[in-house]
Amino acid sequence: MPHFLDFEKPVAELESKIEELRRMSEPDGINIAEEVAKLTEKADRQLRATFAKLTPWQKAQVARHPERPKALDYIAGLITDFTPLAGDRAFADDAAVVGGMGRFHGRSVVVLGTEKGTDTESRVKHNFGMARPEGYRKARRLIELAGRFGLPVLSFVDTSGAFPGIEAEARGQAEAIARSIEACLEAPVPLVATVIGEGGSGGAIALAAGDRVLMLEHAIYSVISPEGCATILWRDAAQAPLAAEALRLTADDLIRLRLVDDVIAEPLGGAHRDRDATLHAVSEAVRSALTPLLSLDGPALKARRREKYLAMGREALI
Amino acid sequence: MSWLTEYVRPKIRTLFTRREVPENLWQQCPACEQMIFHTDLAKNLKVCPHCGHHLRASAQERLAWTFDENAYTRIELPKVPVDPLKFRDSKRYTDRLKEARETTHLDDAILVAHGTIAGARAVVAVMAFDFMAGSMGAAVGEGLVAAARLAVLQDAPLIVFTASGGARMQEGAVSLMQMPRTIIATRLVKEAGLPFIVVLTDPTTGGVTASFAMLGDLLIAEPGALIGFAGARVIEQTVREKLPEGFQRAEYLHEHGILDMVVKRTELRDMLARVIDLLRVKDREAA
Ligand SMILES: [Zn+2]
Repeated sequence: MPHFLDFEKPVAELESKIEELRRMSEPDGINIAEEVAKLTEKADRQLRATFAKLTPWQKAQVARHPERPKALDYIAGLITDFTPLAGDRAFADDAAVVGGMGRFHGRSVVVLGTEKGTDTESRVKHNFGMARPEGYRKARRLIELAGRFGLPVLSFVDTSGAFPGIEAEARGQAEAIARSIEACLEAPVPLVATVIGEGGSGGAIALAAGDRVLMLEHAIYSVISPEGCATILWRDAAQAPLAAEALRLTADDLIRLRLVDDVIAEPLGGAHRDRDATLHAVSEAVRSALTPLLSLDGPALKARRREKYLAMGREALI
Repeated sequence: MSWLTEYVRPKIRTLFTRREVPENLWQQCPACEQMIFHTDLAKNLKVCPHCGHHLRASAQERLAWTFDENAYTRIELPKVPVDPLKFRDSKRYTDRLKEARETTHLDDAILVAHGTIAGARAVVAVMAFDFMAGSMGAAVGEGLVAAARLAVLQDAPLIVFTASGGARMQEGAVSLMQMPRTIIATRLVKEAGLPFIVVLTDPTTGGVTASFAMLGDLLIAEPGALIGFAGARVIEQTVREKLPEGFQRAEYLHEHGILDMVVKRTELRDMLARVIDLLRVKDREAA
């Protein structure tokens, strides 16, 4: 039974009717195939209409959809010879940040991601994608490894943010995030980041201060969650839809603000409705973002990256 | 250097702080609740003479306390686009900005000045908590970048006093991007071989802590300052545990190896002078 979001109810009803019809044996006087085709067309129209005008808050729901492909799905789908690497060499291996080496379209790369998990067990294992300092220190280590061997870095970002915990603070969560951002900025190799679901605040930018930053069509990227923002500014978490609107956190908004570089279209109804198509689209988008960067040397990449981020907030904003 | 001509028109605005006549001659210490006479408070750099509590200070006070003879030159910071998101909650962001400007007489939550500390040139950036909780938007990012460039230009160390509730929500992802932006600023200073010293004051949290504030060559904090990434309430709600005594305070961070030292405000200028002098051996040898 697929998971439907609240605003997808009309679609869900149509689709369950279709399922029901399909299971029926041929009754008298009804042409099932014709009926199914009609309903399918209707469901498709409904889905198209719904997704053509998603509100920012609805996009946030799609971005957090439990069935949405996660970082490990992209790694499995896009990377061959994936060789996971572990640990921060100081304290632990944080499963909220996954990473390692592998090949992307045949080229040796380092890949990183924040992983939310797909079922209860894996969600707990990956701490729902909320990394601790060890995770960001692992990210930094892998980015530096990539730099040493001239391997491009690909990152897949999907996190509600860094883990807010006592131990995380005691072990220097803020410093770990800062160093990870610094590692992205200093990397002498291309870094292409893709926000695949939720780009939550410092925990997201820690892996995403790259040369090219891509966003899936229904992904969100924000300095604070709509709920958090609503709690602080509206003093009511239930105002999250308003906050989502105000924060300008959709892919279109970020393009308009010139804070990300490209949007990757999703299949109708969201990335989870056609995983293969999504993986293919992301693979192609990452490849076209990466290719022109491969001819640049380390100093050129760093200089361009600096210019890019130094301009953010100074100019060219809507 | 086009930036030079465009930017270093250092308007001399303040040579020393205006002596403000307090509305109340007595102020209550928020820690020990004893009353402190305003002249005693000023003489003691806003440290409670009874219990040693460090009261919050304005950005202008910090500048005066840091430079020799309380004298410094403030530079005018480049303008940034206002309200990129057209943000409004119960109030428009532009109205909140206007109010903050009226009450603080500042343009935004950062001041940048240069002068001398124990005779040595220094550039100092100070965050103003009074201005929208010292939150970091494009203007604060721009201020940090400008301070870094000024330090490089003057071949002077950069000292930053932080005081911030974190990112400025009203600037959304623009404020998030100030994290990489200010980190680049720290790189500019470090690559020029200059000391970058951060003084963390109460409170410093969120995106400010998780960017330039944790990247100082030296990290110094004032006693009792609240310093952290996540807010205490969020942590409590997440882990459903009582937070340990002194959690996220300067002394706690020092114990956990996150800070170099906790220095009393009254000893801070001398400490800054000393560490700058110790770090800049190369310059003296070159001279
Ligand atoms: Zn007191």
